[in-house]
Amino acid sequence: MSLTETLPVPALAAPAAAARTAQLLAGLRSRIWRGALALILPLAVLALWHAATLNGWVAQQILPAPTLVWSTLFDLWDSGELWTNLSISLTRVAWGFSAALVFGLALGVAMGLSKTAEAYLYPSFKAISEVPVLGWIPLLIMLVGIGEAMKILVIAKAAAVPITINTQQGIRNIPQAYLEVARVYRFNPRQLWLKVIFPSTLPSLFNGFRYGLTNAWLSLVTVELLASSEGIGYQMVWGRQLFQLDVVMACMVVIGVVGLAIDLVLQVIETRLLRWRRAAF
Amino acid sequence: MSNPTIQTVPAIVPDEVPATPSDSRPGILQRGLQFLWRRDWRGFVLPLLALALWWGVTHFKLANTEVLAPPGAVLIEGLHQVFNGGFVWDLTASISRDLAGFTIGGLAGFALGTLLGTSRLAELLVAPSFNAVKQIALFAWIPMISVWFGMGEPAKVVFISLAAFYPVAINTFEGIRSVNRDYAEVARVYGFSRLQLWRRVILPAASPQIFTGLHLALIYAWLATIGAEYFLKSGYGVGNSMIDGREHFNMGSVLFGLVVVGSIGALLNQLAVRLEHRALKWRNRSA
Repeated sequence: MSLTETLPVPALAAPAAAARTAQLLAGLRSRIWRGALALILPLAVLALWHAATLNGWVAQQILPAPTLVWSTLFDLWDSGELWTNLSISLTRVAWGFSAALVFGLALGVAMGLSKTAEAYLYPSFKAISEVPVLGWIPLLIMLVGIGEAMKILVIAKAAAVPITINTQQGIRNIPQAYLEVARVYRFNPRQLWLKVIFPSTLPSLFNGFRYGLTNAWLSLVTVELLASSEGIGYQMVWGRQLFQLDVVMACMVVIGVVGLAIDLVLQVIETRLLRWRRAAF
Repeated sequence: MSNPTIQTVPAIVPDEVPATPSDSRPGILQRGLQFLWRRDWRGFVLPLLALALWWGVTHFKLANTEVLAPPGAVLIEGLHQVFNGGFVWDLTASISRDLAGFTIGGLAGFALGTLLGTSRLAELLVAPSFNAVKQIALFAWIPMISVWFGMGEPAKVVFISLAAFYPVAINTFEGIRSVNRDYAEVARVYGFSRLQLWRRVILPAASPQIFTGLHLALIYAWLATIGAEYFLKSGYGVGNSMIDGREHFNMGSVLFGLVVVGSIGALLNQLAVRLEHRALKWRNRSA
């Protein structure tokens, strides 16, 4: 019985392999095709931009040549200026995000586990989170000055809100059945946390981290543009004030690349961390 | 009371009609007290503690009162702003530029989202560039916008439009793409015209996601309004009054602005939820 069933498999293997290579080739071809199509628009914009600056349709002060932006980007990198500012910015994000992580997780767990904690804390949390970071900046500047503490507080607030909300909801949404099973198996508290609560809130937690880190980066750019004397945002302001728009545009490129990098890293971590979950389906 | 026949009537009524709290008809005072009693007051503990701390610190001069104004002074400043300051002008200026940007950005986003959603070729051509440009943090556009459009109203509206543009474009695109192909098939069977297909099938099916985009756009546009007023300091606006307040060490003005920013944001959010609910009512009915 089992023999007859396994027999056709080797016979099919060769055509299947051929089909697979054909599919792979087709996939490759469509990928190249897609890539080529995707490049048309940016290349057209670049060509137009280049022509506009070359022929003086637009003043250099208003639109620097793309080649200038490109070379400025490398100059800034080679001189170390860009890296100095970027590392200052990234350090701020790291501090703010870490603070948000500690605070947001603690608050989210407390409000998720205890209805009493929620009753005391949630209205205040809600009121604070309802006002966007941007609204808090002037007040924070008045209270703690324009220094590092203000920037880290701003970033921490931006990141803490989604972390707290997602942690709380993650814990709240643990299916009751899981907890009952844990009770039936007489899990001790440590087992309960490690085997039930943590794994089942992980996707929600990760969602919070993701929004939190994205928010942290966005608000860093904002706060550095508004009130800073170093960092990537400041470099932009500086370029703007001196009308060195090539510097401004180079910084925009860097800000975009960092944003993309944050996104990609989080995606990779998420698929790694949550792989067990997909496999279960 | 004197007539026993009348007295029996009210005794029967509660038996026939299930006793509800409203039957006892308590006075307005009693109902008010009940409402206050049932309300969960625990949420007020923390804010009251903070207020007490604030009052204590300023009252006993533990901090520089030049910077940290006492709560009473802040309240008076707030009232002053509402009744004889330029608050009304600031608020109207902010809200009108918010709505202008929201409308322009929303329409542009809807147009792009529709184009990308309907045409595969357009998607292949534009979507990668769109996604790349989207990675640039919104506020990083401010310096360039200030060069290209100046510091006045046009620059602000352009920036707010940009903020509203992204979420509407993305959600319209995804909404249209996620329309069930079977619906379009049915429409084809019934010989729907292109216009009918759009009005009767595609837009209704994509509407929840389009509304999500509009909802996000409303929130982002308000944020961008305040941001634009911080960075492009000219004219009136809630953001302008906050920045001015900070520069003049006027904490009342800053705190008042903060409350206004939060309240308007919450109000816009509520408005979006209501409108969304009303516009999508037909979906729940058919389900």
